[in-house]
Amino acid sequence: MAGHLTRLRGVRWWRVVVLGVVAVYLFGPLLSALWFTVYNSRLHQFSLSPYGQMFSAAGFLTSVRMTFFLALTTIALEFVLLVPAMIAIHLRLPRLRPVLETIAMVPLILSPVALVAGVSTVLGWGLNDQGSWLFRLDADLQNQSFPLVLPLFYTLFVLPFAFRSLDAGLRAIDLRTLVEAARGLGAPWPVVLWRVILPNLRTGLLSGAVLTLALVFGEYTIASILGFTPFAVWIVQDGQGSGQLAIAVSLLSLLLSWAVLFLVSFLGGRRSAATPARSA
Amino acid sequence: MAIATDPPRIGAAESAPRTRAPGRRRGNLGAWGAVAPLLIYSTVFLGLPTWALLYQSLRRTDPGSGATTFTTANFTQSWHGIYLTALWGSLRLSLLTAVISAVVGLVTAHAIAQSRGRVLKQAVQTASGVLANFGGIPLAFCFIAAAGTAGEATGLIRKVIPSFQLDTFTGLVLVYPYFLIPLMVLTTLPALEGLRGQWREAAQNLGGSTWDYWRHIGGPILLPTLLGGFVLCFGSAFSAYATAQALTSGTVPLITTRIASVISGNVLAGQENLGMAMGIDMILICGAMMAVYLPLRARSARWLDT
Repeated sequence: MAGHLTRLRGVRWWRVVVLGVVAVYLFGPLLSALWFTVYNSRLHQFSLSPYGQMFSAAGFLTSVRMTFFLALTTIALEFVLLVPAMIAIHLRLPRLRPVLETIAMVPLILSPVALVAGVSTVLGWGLNDQGSWLFRLDADLQNQSFPLVLPLFYTLFVLPFAFRSLDAGLRAIDLRTLVEAARGLGAPWPVVLWRVILPNLRTGLLSGAVLTLALVFGEYTIASILGFTPFAVWIVQDGQGSGQLAIAVSLLSLLLSWAVLFLVSFLGGRRSAATPARSA
Repeated sequence: MAIATDPPRIGAAESAPRTRAPGRRRGNLGAWGAVAPLLIYSTVFLGLPTWALLYQSLRRTDPGSGATTFTTANFTQSWHGIYLTALWGSLRLSLLTAVISAVVGLVTAHAIAQSRGRVLKQAVQTASGVLANFGGIPLAFCFIAAAGTAGEATGLIRKVIPSFQLDTFTGLVLVYPYFLIPLMVLTTLPALEGLRGQWREAAQNLGGSTWDYWRHIGGPILLPTLLGGFVLCFGSAFSAYATAQALTSGTVPLITTRIASVISGNVLAGQENLGMAMGIDMILICGAMMAVYLPLRARSARWLDT
């Protein structure tokens, strides 16, 4: 018995040490960033001014607004494509599930850098003959104030996350019964979708949308290589100038997106944990 | 909610026996119609750039005559000189950080799986999903504040590694695990929680030691998940661009930063398509990892469901 107890205590110590080291590593940079932005080591004084300055910084509001609309476009495109497909594989075509899962895995492994090299080539092709519809389409896609080409590819890279959230949402409800009941009462498909399925999918849709928003706000690779300036690219460009401001913006955006994501997935987790028996 | 990598529950959808309803054929057509846009979309938007990459990587314009010919010169060149150095640098960095993250992540996940608090587990799972996928540029800037030239913890790190600089290979080795460890935790935690206490008791009752348990039961069950997690970490490190670019501005030779600099025109005349060849190299390596990862995932998923 005594041996058992000491063994247990040994296990616990080991666990505390491991979790402690990892926690220091994970929280260290964030705390350093916070300290760096509020304490001026030359003047030896505290100040929250970097957090106030950001709103008047050149380009900040423009890039935030542009990124927000890019995110909204991505979310809309994502759901239009994914929701009907997910419902179809849940109801009628379970055979296609592995195919969709594999498609949703590809962006996790495929490097955006490799893909964007191809994208820039394709965009270059359209610019060959001026005045044609292809040229105009190409130019519209690359409009500096709202580059539509970005959401087209963001939609692909968000796919894994949206797929998971929607899948979890669809599993949590008894989709078949709901649909059969609604259809039996004479509702056409659009009504079933709009008034029965979507309201029940709220949590899944919300978490998918929030994940997309966070991803689009953090996306740097595609946008910077194609030469656009959404939020993340703006931080880097601005970071060359004043140190404190860029770090303040970074920290704030990280904490904000993490807080929202945390809240949404925690609520989602609580809800699905509360109704475990319904899917069985 | 596990964000990125929880295993699929194959077969859950078709468990209920179904009666063949009249008009099923038409319904199936409708279902295909609902899936088709997604399939077409992903085929076009993944396929078109890949095809463009492949086509361009095989073409080269001679700067003297202006003639464009099909050639494998781009590929040959992408395996030599500074381009090989970049590929090699990426592979070395990914391997090193993936090994570190896999070990630390596994130990962390084990420590968490042992604890009883449900809230802790849910919090860790959510936090891992968030940390693993939503860092990028802002994270790099936090590290600049922590360990950059004027960083708060730079002095502390230099006591251990005197020549430490954030914009070097060593610096990247410090930063990459920040998003790889959570990825590993996210991948292995469900498998570690799936290990039943009864299996360990059964092994003990049959006279097996702790070592025997891990050697013959725990280890083999966990192995596919561990390998899968490792491959995922490796792939994630291999294709990372934003963090490396923000921290080093391309001073550390990596394939991603090299491709980006070639695309933006930082290359000799006539070699513009080298970036495309390197892109294809990357896709091939990613494809190989995918081919390793997918069967592993399916294997570990089998244990998690029962």
